[in-house]
Amino acid sequence: MALSGLDIYKLLPKTNCKDCGFPTCLAFAMQIAKKAVTVDKCPHISPQVKQKLEEASLPPIKPVEITTADGSFIIGNETVLFRHEEKFRNPTAVGFILEDNLSYEQISSRIMQIEALRFERIGQQLTPNLIAIRQTKDRQEFVKTVKIISEKTKFALVLLSTDIDAVKEALGYLKGRRPIVWGIDEKNAAIFAPIIKEYQAILAVCGKDLDQLSKVTTMLQNQGVQDIVLDIGQAKPKERLWLLTQIRRLALKKSVRSLGYPTMVIVEQDDVYQQTLEAATYILKYGSIVLLKDSYPWQALALLTLRQNIYSDPQKPLQIEPKVYPIGAVNQDSPLLVTTNFSLTYYTVVGEVEASKVPSYVVSVDTEGMSVLTAWAAEKFTPEKISQSLVKFGVKDLVKHKTIIIPGYVAVMSGDLEEQSGWKVIVGPKEASGIPSFLKSWH
Amino acid sequence: MAIEQLKECWQTKINTVTIGATAEQGGSRLHTVTVGGQTGLPFLSAEAEIPYKPQIAFEIWDILPLDWPEDLMRVYGGCLANPLEWAEKCVEDFNAGLLCIRLQGAHPENENRTPEQEAHFIQQLLRQIKVPIIILGCGDDEKDNAVLCACAEAAKGERCLIGSASSNNYKTLVASCIADGHNVIAQSPIDINIAKQLNILITDIGLSADRIVMDPTVGALGYGLEYAYSIMERARLAAFSGDKMMAMPFICMIGQEAWRSKEARASQQDFPTWGEATARGIIWEATTAVSFLQAGADILVMRHPQAIEKVRQYIELFNI
Ligand code: SF4
Repeated sequence: MALSGLDIYKLLPKTNCKDCGFPTCLAFAMQIAKKAVTVDKCPHISPQVKQKLEEASLPPIKPVEITTADGSFIIGNETVLFRHEEKFRNPTAVGFILEDNLSYEQISSRIMQIEALRFERIGQQLTPNLIAIRQTKDRQEFVKTVKIISEKTKFALVLLSTDIDAVKEALGYLKGRRPIVWGIDEKNAAIFAPIIKEYQAILAVCGKDLDQLSKVTTMLQNQGVQDIVLDIGQAKPKERLWLLTQIRRLALKKSVRSLGYPTMVIVEQDDVYQQTLEAATYILKYGSIVLLKDSYPWQALALLTLRQNIYSDPQKPLQIEPKVYPIGAVNQDSPLLVTTNFSLTYYTVVGEVEASKVPSYVVSVDTEGMSVLTAWAAEKFTPEKISQSLVKFGVKDLVKHKTIIIPGYVAVMSGDLEEQSGWKVIVGPKEASGIPSFLKSWH
Repeated sequence: MAIEQLKECWQTKINTVTIGATAEQGGSRLHTVTVGGQTGLPFLSAEAEIPYKPQIAFEIWDILPLDWPEDLMRVYGGCLANPLEWAEKCVEDFNAGLLCIRLQGAHPENENRTPEQEAHFIQQLLRQIKVPIIILGCGDDEKDNAVLCACAEAAKGERCLIGSASSNNYKTLVASCIADGHNVIAQSPIDINIAKQLNILITDIGLSADRIVMDPTVGALGYGLEYAYSIMERARLAAFSGDKMMAMPFICMIGQEAWRSKEARASQQDFPTWGEATARGIIWEATTAVSFLQAGADILVMRHPQAIEKVRQYIELFNI
């Protein structure tokens, strides 16, 4: 946990010698607390105190960079237990497990299927992040499978194997790709650590309770291994939820460094619905990596959508630029629909307009990212606002019919809007899902 | 060095609300359903007392459902046109322990059924079905006031859960819940302050706090789920730290929201990359449900029997 200015002051020499450039030690301490200066500006503090202060300024949950074949992403570095306290920062990495007993053709088709799991929602691309390869046979089969998979995909990789020779050979082949090596525990940590360091891979530590995990990470820290992920093992779902909660709490509230790492959960329930629901739980609650057995499109769509929801910033609703958007091959007779600039509303409307196959203009009014009803209640979606937007966007030059369609929920403003804008107002459906039939019949 | 677990010990517990009354209690239900009473966050029984599991209510309508996707209608077979048969099917075939009846037929734009007609229907239903029930109005404030009062009277003593009361329309419904011995749903529009205010208003006119269930107006997966999710988490934390006017159990209208989503309705033909449509619909409703369970939901109102079955199994899995 971050130290306060006063906590830091207690650790300083308290001589007020001004060598740091500040009038007093207290003034300097306050600046460190604000992260405005670094400790090394004071030449008089002991190495022990320096180390203590530096440690206190580290993030409580270490950010770990995961490398793909053509980029990287961060997991961890979370700062809160509940998203309303600030936000969840680095979205849960979702991945799928492939075993090394698959034939070349089977691997190819699985990879192709996983690569196709790309969904566009609210203007964002949703994709999974990882492929995990599990050793079920001998070293050769495993390495062969790793090779095939790494050539076929750019996804970040996880090696589910504790066969040191197999892992070593795979790492040699994957140089520069920094996979996650899973299965490190008390027994094998000492032999894995040097290899992991040599190849700059990431270690997934396994333990069935907090003590075991903490013991192994402390050991690894002492050996200079930095990039660690914590796997809480195959416990019952309720137990896993408890352990994930404890890890997050202890790292954030008690500054337990040995647990201050991203987490990983493997979900392999045979019932694919339960598998999905359990994975959903760890997206909501404190999983940094979730690996699943199956990879059905509907499963991925649900989980990636949930991740997008939960990792959105509660302080800043997603907005789009307020302007007039042509959807499809529009012309001067195309219908004109008015909506807000809240991303969810806008993209839902556009999705339905596209589905209707009736080319239309969509006017997105600046409602500061509020949805139709909220914006209307907050007076951000009013006859004045809409009239102003129509003028500002030069809408009258785009169509010759001078008719606009407004959402059904704000039907009450029709009269005022007609008066103020001089446009004819038609009340559209309340729900976006009614748009296709509305547009088809209106046209 | 052994790691010491960090356990939260909160002072306030969530109110306990019981739906249904047996013969000894002045009703005619064969069992009752109790929710609430927990002293901590969902499923964390290592640090909290969680005396009752979350409950799932099957949603049924008094008229043929409007705007339910065909896939969903088909699982119920031909019974949808007859609400009594429908209710019976939920209890007999799908093991429903709680039903939620939506009186959509009363809406002036639908069949505009009279309060007497709806009250008669509720009476018939209570005679035929022996599980506790939740009664929802049609959404038209004026009509609901008349209809729900008539139904409350018809169900006198059965300790139903009736909704919904809102900030600008709560007095009539709350008064009849007091008179006829029911619980009330207090609905607020994803706003924690309005939710609290409404609970205060309702208790001020004389309904005790343990007869209120809050409806935070949830959104479906992909459609604003995160707003209500965070409101519920905030409300729960406030309740545990001592705010008694936030300590009501939550009811979440999962089915209603999930089945409006494009992802739950669209055919595989229209969206080939989204995967098989039936499974997609089920997982959309079930994932929405599970998310709100994790935010603290006590009662889920759901539609698809298979989604309900999956969420029931989930609740069991997270309780062992
Ligand atoms: S240099 Fe160090 S000892 Fe001197 S005033 Fe600054 S903080 Fe205090």
